[in-house]
Amino acid sequence: MKKFATIALALGLLTACGANSTAPSSSAAAQEGSSAPASEPASETLSGVVNTSGSTSMESVMLALSEAFKELYPDVTINYSGTGSGAGIEAAQTGTSDIGLSSRELTEEETAAGAVSNVVAKDGVAVIVNPANGVEDLTVEQIADIFSGKITNWKDLGGEDREIAVYGREAGSGTRGAFEEIVGVVDACQLTNEYSSTGDLVGNVAGNENAIGYASLSAVDDTVKAVKVGGVACTEATVKDGSYAIQRPFVMVTREGAALSDAAQAFLDFAMSPDAAPIITVAGAVSANG
Amino acid sequence: MRLIFTVCGFIAIAFVLLISVYLILSGLPAIRQVGLFDFLLGERWDSTNKTNPAYGILPFILTSVWGTCGAILIGVPVGILTAVFLARVAPPRLAAAIRPAVDLLAGIPSVIYGLVGMMVLVPAIQDAFDLKAGDSLLAAILVLAVMILPSIIRVCETALKAVPREYAEGSLALGATSLETDFKVILPAARSGVAAAVVLGVGRAIGEAMAILMVAGNAANMPGLFRSVKFLTTAIASEMSYASVGSLQRNALYSIGLVLFVFIMFINILLNTVLKKNKE
Amino acid sequence: MQTSVDTPRGLSGRRRAWHWAVRAAMYLSAGATCALALGLIGYILWRGVPGLSWEFLTTQESILKGTDGILPAIQNTLYVILVTLVIVLPLGVGAAVYLTEYATNRRLTGAIEFATETLAGIPSILYALVGMLVFCQFCDLGTTLLAGSLTLVIMTLPTIIRTTQESLKAVPAGYREGAAGLGAGRWHMIRTIVLPCALDGIVTGCILAVGRIVGESAVLIFTAGMSTSMQNFFGSGGLVKSSGATLTVALYVYAKERYKYDNAFSVAVVLLALTLLINLAAGAAGKRAKREEER
Repeated sequence: MKKFATIALALGLLTACGANSTAPSSSAAAQEGSSAPASEPASETLSGVVNTSGSTSMESVMLALSEAFKELYPDVTINYSGTGSGAGIEAAQTGTSDIGLSSRELTEEETAAGAVSNVVAKDGVAVIVNPANGVEDLTVEQIADIFSGKITNWKDLGGEDREIAVYGREAGSGTRGAFEEIVGVVDACQLTNEYSSTGDLVGNVAGNENAIGYASLSAVDDTVKAVKVGGVACTEATVKDGSYAIQRPFVMVTREGAALSDAAQAFLDFAMSPDAAPIITVAGAVSANG
Repeated sequence: MRLIFTVCGFIAIAFVLLISVYLILSGLPAIRQVGLFDFLLGERWDSTNKTNPAYGILPFILTSVWGTCGAILIGVPVGILTAVFLARVAPPRLAAAIRPAVDLLAGIPSVIYGLVGMMVLVPAIQDAFDLKAGDSLLAAILVLAVMILPSIIRVCETALKAVPREYAEGSLALGATSLETDFKVILPAARSGVAAAVVLGVGRAIGEAMAILMVAGNAANMPGLFRSVKFLTTAIASEMSYASVGSLQRNALYSIGLVLFVFIMFINILLNTVLKKNKE
Repeated sequence: MQTSVDTPRGLSGRRRAWHWAVRAAMYLSAGATCALALGLIGYILWRGVPGLSWEFLTTQESILKGTDGILPAIQNTLYVILVTLVIVLPLGVGAAVYLTEYATNRRLTGAIEFATETLAGIPSILYALVGMLVFCQFCDLGTTLLAGSLTLVIMTLPTIIRTTQESLKAVPAGYREGAAGLGAGRWHMIRTIVLPCALDGIVTGCILAVGRIVGESAVLIFTAGMSTSMQNFFGSGGLVKSSGATLTVALYVYAKERYKYDNAFSVAVVLLALTLLINLAAGAAGKRAKREEER
């Protein structure tokens, strides 16, 4: 048995080496394909693939930006994967994506570890309930009490006698990070359910009369109702003038010291330029640079 | 030529070794750091708590075990009875009409089960039991039961059909009714095939991730039929992409993977022995 | 052999009760299974078909124009299927040839077969974990369709090995002996006699593998990304750097991230049709392979 194990191990290593050697060769073949156009000055004939991933709150902004960018540079493909802010920052740091997307400010640890922040927009975190819910206005303290489990029934807030289903986002979410920090419920949330994307949470609040949750203003539509926070409605105007309390930035994250591809750099420049401001507004957020 | 084929032949072993070595090497550090006992039996999972993080995966293990048991409890009897119906009772034309439907169920991607579960089952459970939210272990169990049903039916039916017809003839000749023959002679004669079907179902249920991610609610609670829960698989799926490399959280996810892998290897070995017995 | 389920007269009370209970349970179960299949398929069609149109299948979505389309997902699915098959076929068929034609040590073949079974039993979330570590990060491919395809190679390998092995075993020994008797080398014999005879089995394996690839979600979400934009595979770096959602992943994205449930159901209809097609094709190929064996 021991002999067999050593043989298997040796052969396993052999084939593992074989498998390893195929990977560089395939990427080398890829290099051939891409190096020819890349060696030319990439001004008008910009082409390539830009992979972005991260915040699901930034979905509508990203899809709108990439569509507009594609009209300027038809040969560039911008890919967006909604994985969550934490995942986006992580992907930028490890290089699995060209640009990471975060819907919260980067922490000091993250910037110390080489993440570079490029703020493209500001966004409000709307506190949302089902349209059938009679509650219209909550204070920040009430919201904190709901999410930390001190208030468990809508009747305590002037609503019907129903238990509150508290919906939140998964731990890596930028929306959750910003929400918990501003409301003051970091590490104290008693969530009924956790959802891994903005859309999932909105869709589930729309489907449950007992629910309360939070989501990017840009994702709120008429299937849910955004309550006023301390008497201030969550709109683009109140986010812009700072009177709406719960807001955070949309950040494109890059890696310090690592050069972006020409296409990725052009996309980042475009997103940060005033030209992008109307597109960001159409997508429901407030441009930071326009 | 021989060398090339040999390399191909060993690639499956290489892959298994690659996966095992990767999972063990990346899974052990967190277990060592948290402590095997605290990791496996800790009741609190709060991986992103900045002041007091906790890495106990007992809730996930129990949820996976209960979820799988529940799915088996529902899926296996229904599957076996349907298989007997298809193999022994149904008129051939009816059976021929049902079989493609079962095949279709077997081939449907798991996210479709998740989608339908999310749109139909979850609201139905919320209404039926007057809950604040329908995402629950119960919803996950029902989705899993439906998902393992087709493979159980297929494997059982094959096993039932492989029973020599002399068994049935003998039984009928001794005065047993046809129904008694089917359930008291044919079914016991096919028991190792049925066992294989059950083990297969367990494997599929414990390994499923995306479908139950869509209906289970995903809060790290201890399992309760009407509570929102996280399974071993969904714990990995929901936190994997953002846990930063090298952090204890990321390593703990690998450790969950390792625990799942151990479960699966155990089931595989069980399945292998059952199948071998089958051949003899 | 079919048996009727009528309860004969003159049974004792207990026996009658047993008959009644077992028969009720059996009919209920079979009825439930049928109702489930019909209900599920009917519900998906009812929700999904209204959203289907030629435009939905042949365009990409546009946020600015507010239109939907899943052409990118269809293309990504094709890409993943092609790349995976191109890599896994030689490996899997090669392994099966080694097992049936070359291997002599029974313990060794036993170990390889056990490894194959193990691979088949590993859940996809673990493949996702390993694929992300090995291909996306260690091999530096990033989150791309290529990394996803490579992970799927490992996942579909057992399917190809098993089906090929079975059809190779079914090639009559007489063919091999005849070829050897005529002085053909082993490789020559495999190439000209054995593999062509096993072709239908290999095709069946491919179809089953395609089924697995089409249905996969967890692996691709974590290794291949979730973009629903159009990929330009033949642009610079397109074959390697493209990342995106296949049909199943697109369904997940629509259902879980965008709460566009109608779109999700429309994609589900497309997937349902694909599954049906794959099942029919696998059935036909399997039948052909069987006929070949009998001949």
